[in-house]
Amino acid sequence: MSLSVLLRHGFPSVRMDVEFEVPTPGVAVLFGPSGAGKSTIISAAAGLLRPDECRIAVDGQVLADTASGVWLPPERRRMGLVFQDARLFPHMSVATNLRFGLRRAVEARVQFDEVVDLLGIDGLMARRPHTLSGGERQRVAIGRALLAQPHLLLMDEPLASLDTLRKSEIMPYLTRLKTALKLPILYVTHALDEVAQLADSVVLIEAGRVIGSGPLSDIVARGDLPLAQRDDAGALLLCRVMEHDVGRELSRLEGGGATFWVPLLDAPLAVERRVRIPAREVILAGRPPDAISLHNIVPGEVRRITGDAARRSVLVEIALPGGGALISRVTTDAIVRLALSPGGPVLALIKSTSIEVLGN
Amino acid sequence: MAARAVGFGLPLAVMMAWVLARYRFPGRPVLNALVHLPLVLPPVVTGWLLLIIFGIRGPIGSLLLDWFGVRLVFTTAGASLACAVMTFPVMVRAIRLSLEMADPGLEQAARALGAHRLDRLFNVTLPLASPGILVGGIVAYATCLGEFGAVITFAANIPGQTQTLPLAIYAALQVPGGEAKAAELSLVSLTLALIGLLLSEWIAKRLNAMLGR
Repeated sequence: MSLSVLLRHGFPSVRMDVEFEVPTPGVAVLFGPSGAGKSTIISAAAGLLRPDECRIAVDGQVLADTASGVWLPPERRRMGLVFQDARLFPHMSVATNLRFGLRRAVEARVQFDEVVDLLGIDGLMARRPHTLSGGERQRVAIGRALLAQPHLLLMDEPLASLDTLRKSEIMPYLTRLKTALKLPILYVTHALDEVAQLADSVVLIEAGRVIGSGPLSDIVARGDLPLAQRDDAGALLLCRVMEHDVGRELSRLEGGGATFWVPLLDAPLAVERRVRIPAREVILAGRPPDAISLHNIVPGEVRRITGDAARRSVLVEIALPGGGALISRVTTDAIVRLALSPGGPVLALIKSTSIEVLGN
Repeated sequence: MAARAVGFGLPLAVMMAWVLARYRFPGRPVLNALVHLPLVLPPVVTGWLLLIIFGIRGPIGSLLLDWFGVRLVFTTAGASLACAVMTFPVMVRAIRLSLEMADPGLEQAARALGAHRLDRLFNVTLPLASPGILVGGIVAYATCLGEFGAVITFAANIPGQTQTLPLAIYAALQVPGGEAKAAELSLVSLTLALIGLLLSEWIAKRLNAMLGR
C-alpha cells in the first residue's frame, strides 16, 4: 500500500518536477528549505492549485490525475488540510468548527468523540477560536480536518507558528493520532525535530526536485544527503525495550540489528521507541577498547564515507547487521589512522548518555 | 419608507460589494463608477435621471405601469427607490470594506472542508462581513431619513407620503412662523442621525469582538 505523487509545473522562477512513492499508512514528511516547493505539492494535492501535470494516488485509488482528466475542485476532493495558521472560523464555536467538515461529509468513518478524545479538546467545545492558545487552536484545526473524513491528511508546517513549548505540548497528540488512525499523512516541515518524532518516510525536496526519499532511518544516515550534513545530524532507529536492569539503572534496547544500553527508562517492556544517536557522539574503533566507561560497542560495516569540507570532517555511514544504519562524524585523520574504507568492519562506540530516546 | 429603501437596497448592495470585491472583469471600473455615481452627482440630477428612467413615460417606468400597474413617481415607493439609489454607494462601500478584510484563507479552509460556493458565501463569507453589512444598513437608514434632492425631484414633497425630514423642515421654513416647527424637526433629525451613528459604531464593535478582531 502506498501513496504516490507526481507533479510537474513551470513557475516563472523555478520548474517543479517531483515524483515519489511512500508506504501507507504512515507519515511522509516533505523536508527541505523554504521555497523548495513543498507547499506547492500540498496545494496541488488539495486542488487549490492546478499544475501542468499532476497525479496523486492513495493505495491504488487515483484522487487526482490531470492526464486522465480526474481533477476535482477542493470541495469535492476530501483531502484534510491543516495550515500553518489554524484558520478556524472566528464566528463559530470550537464545536461548530469541528463539525463543519463532518456535516458536509458523506460518510462518518472517523467519529467525533474519537477525534475529540484523541486530541484532548473536550473542554474547549463552547469556546471561541480567539480565546484559545496557539497549540489548542492547531489541535482544533487538525480535528476539524480529520472529521471531514479525508482520504489523505495534508499538513503544511502545522507547528511552524508555535513556540518550542507549545510545540512539545502538541507533539504527543500528533504521534497518538498517527498510530490511532490508519490515515496516510503528507507533512511539510523544515524542523528536524518534527521529522525525527513523526516521520515514517522522508522526501527531501530542493529547488523543485526530489533529491532523496525513503524510510526515515535510511535518509537520516545518508552522508551524501543534506540531513546528515547538518550540525545536529544523527541516526534514527526504531528500537524495542527489551530489559530493565534496575540494579545497574540501565535499560536494554534492540533495533536495526544492534543492542543499546541507555539510562533506565520509564517505559513498559516490548514497546517501541525512536532512538536518536547524534553523529558527533559516535566514536569509531578498529578493535574493542578495554577499561572504558562506555556500554555500547556496536559492530558494523562501513557503507560510505562522505567528506564535509565545510566542517573539515568526514561522515561515515555504518551498516548494522539488522538493516539499520548509524552515522559518525570524525576527522579525516581518523579515517587514515584506522584505515577505514567502504566494506570494511568497524566498531561504533556510543555512550549510553548520548543516546536520545524519543517518544515512540 | 427608509426601512423599505434599506430592505430592498441591502441585498443588492451585498451582491454588488461581493462582485466588486472578489471578481476582476473588463467592465469592473465602469460598474464601480456607476455604483458610486450618486455619491458625487448632485442629488437633484439623480432624481431627474430616475424621473426619466422610472417616470410613467420612461423605459422602465412605462413597463412597470403597463404590466403591474405600478407607478413610482410621486409615491412612497418612489421615495424609497430614490433613497435606495442615493444610499446604495454608502452600503456597498461599507460591505466591500468588510469583505476585503475577511481572510480569504478562511474561504480556502471552508473549501477544503467540502463547502461549495453558496455554502461558503452564506456560512463563512457573509457572517465574516456582517459588521460591514449591519453598519452599512444603519448608516443608509439614517441617511434615507435625511434625503432631500433626489426625493423632491422624483417623488415630490407630499406630507405623510414622500416627505422626508429635511423636506418637512424646508416646507416649515417657507411658512411664516414655522421656525418653531423647523427647530423641532431639526432636533429630531439630529437625534436620529446621532443614534444611527452611535448604534452602528456599537454594533460594529460588538460584532468585531465576537469575531476576535
